[in-house]
Amino acid sequence: MILNRDLVIIGAGPSGLCAAKMAAESGQKVLLIDRNPQLGGQLIKQTHMFFGSEKQYAKTRGIDIAKKLIDDVKNYPDLIEIWDNATVLGLYPDKVLTVLLGETYRKVQAQAIIVATGASEKVLAFENNDLPGIYGAGAVQTLMNVYGVKPGEKIVMVGSGNIGLIVSYQLMQAGVKVLAVIEAAPVIGGYKVHASKLQRLGVDIITSCTIKKALGQDKVESIITTRLNEKWEEIPGTEQEYDVDAVCIAVGLSPLTNLLAMLGCELKYISELGGLVPVLTNDYETTIEGVYACGDASSIEEASSAMVEGYIAGLTASKKLGKVHPDYDDLILDFRKQLEVLRSGPFGEKIRKGLAKLEGVRVGC
Amino acid sequence: MLNQKGYPSPEQVKTKFPDVKILVKPKAIVECYEKIPCNPCSTSCPFKAITIGEDINNIPIVDFDKCTGCGICVYSCPGLAITVCEVLDDKIRFKIPYEFLPFPKQGEIWSAVNRKGEVIGEAYIEKVTLTPRQDKTQLVQVLVDKDLLYEFVTIRSKVYE
Repeated sequence: MILNRDLVIIGAGPSGLCAAKMAAESGQKVLLIDRNPQLGGQLIKQTHMFFGSEKQYAKTRGIDIAKKLIDDVKNYPDLIEIWDNATVLGLYPDKVLTVLLGETYRKVQAQAIIVATGASEKVLAFENNDLPGIYGAGAVQTLMNVYGVKPGEKIVMVGSGNIGLIVSYQLMQAGVKVLAVIEAAPVIGGYKVHASKLQRLGVDIITSCTIKKALGQDKVESIITTRLNEKWEEIPGTEQEYDVDAVCIAVGLSPLTNLLAMLGCELKYISELGGLVPVLTNDYETTIEGVYACGDASSIEEASSAMVEGYIAGLTASKKLGKVHPDYDDLILDFRKQLEVLRSGPFGEKIRKGLAKLEGVRVGC
Repeated sequence: MLNQKGYPSPEQVKTKFPDVKILVKPKAIVECYEKIPCNPCSTSCPFKAITIGEDINNIPIVDFDKCTGCGICVYSCPGLAITVCEVLDDKIRFKIPYEFLPFPKQGEIWSAVNRKGEVIGEAYIEKVTLTPRQDKTQLVQVLVDKDLLYEFVTIRSKVYE
């Protein structure tokens, strides 16, 4: 049996939740699907205060933003149907989804789809990188902040982007000793205020340095790092050994575009946006009519931008289905302005460059 | 140093402090050196003493005439980059944000720590506040030696040494 639904949103992280809220405000019925038992995506692991402005819940902790957004969505029980513990297995032409809902296999015919699947973590190739005790930053946050389990006692963080810096701080708060944060690039990747917080705690940050190999029998027992020259080549004789029982890898994210690819949406490789990303219109519609993408699934950015993109996609997808928000024009204008501001500083340069490249692709075709 | 290590140079630190004469009253020291999209310090200030403006990437500017040193910005800054500083006759009083266990308690002596994480002296815990409004970031008021004006940034429990 095939179930008929109007607007299906895949992923209930910051972007998907915001899309659902705007759709419901527009009077649009929504099926919101998430594979996790809890809605909120990565927000439920974020114990730090967010940046941005009040419009994106700045100075509120991520975990509390999740609560707010989930409450917003639950305010519309007649319009928003929620499937949690539900994994979308496939997206097929004519907008048919196959979903594993708990233990049941379901087929859904949608009229429009918003893909807000987020991102996956990049991995790093080094000797013995499969030893137990070597984690991605997402796993460390899940263990620590969702389940209250320490991932180790002594850890080295690989990567100094905002995720690496923030998770290092959270590890220290949890009583885990962070021996060092190492960064292959010659400069720190994330916000310096996060880096300053770590230095104050006595956590050293070492740039132009990477992990060479991990050592250990049944689990990681130590690692060897090496310094890199300006050509990113190893400098012989600069190896250093750290005794650790865990290593955290935080070297970036890639958009989760598998479902979009399966459907045949056009994707382009744009390194500034995190890898393969969907070609989108200004309304966040992909090259397939009625299929939208927003948040990290469309380009890797901060959660603040993901939320705003979700709002826009929720509005535009609903409009496509004939449900126009009473304040549509004002809201769209405001959200676009918010994105512009969030991306306007030096930290937005990469994303601006990436979006310009994507714009070029769009105009070209 | 900021880009490689994450701590500012002593010269950078001094640019964020007003003249010592102004510090006879408590004033916010906003150690924001980098343009990032963020403005809670400005929007949380009840006295409109911190300006960022339309472009939230701007570096905050403190109007020391308007600043009362109340400390609201200290726990509102997501980067924990603000302290309040007051120069007394023989000591310096700081209000700092603190997010670690164990909680400091009034009357205790903790280590005074600099921006590189080094112990540089002792800090007497004068007062600790944690209201619901502070959202789990404690505001700790401490007294440190006078020569630590541009050095002191946080405290560390002696348990850890």
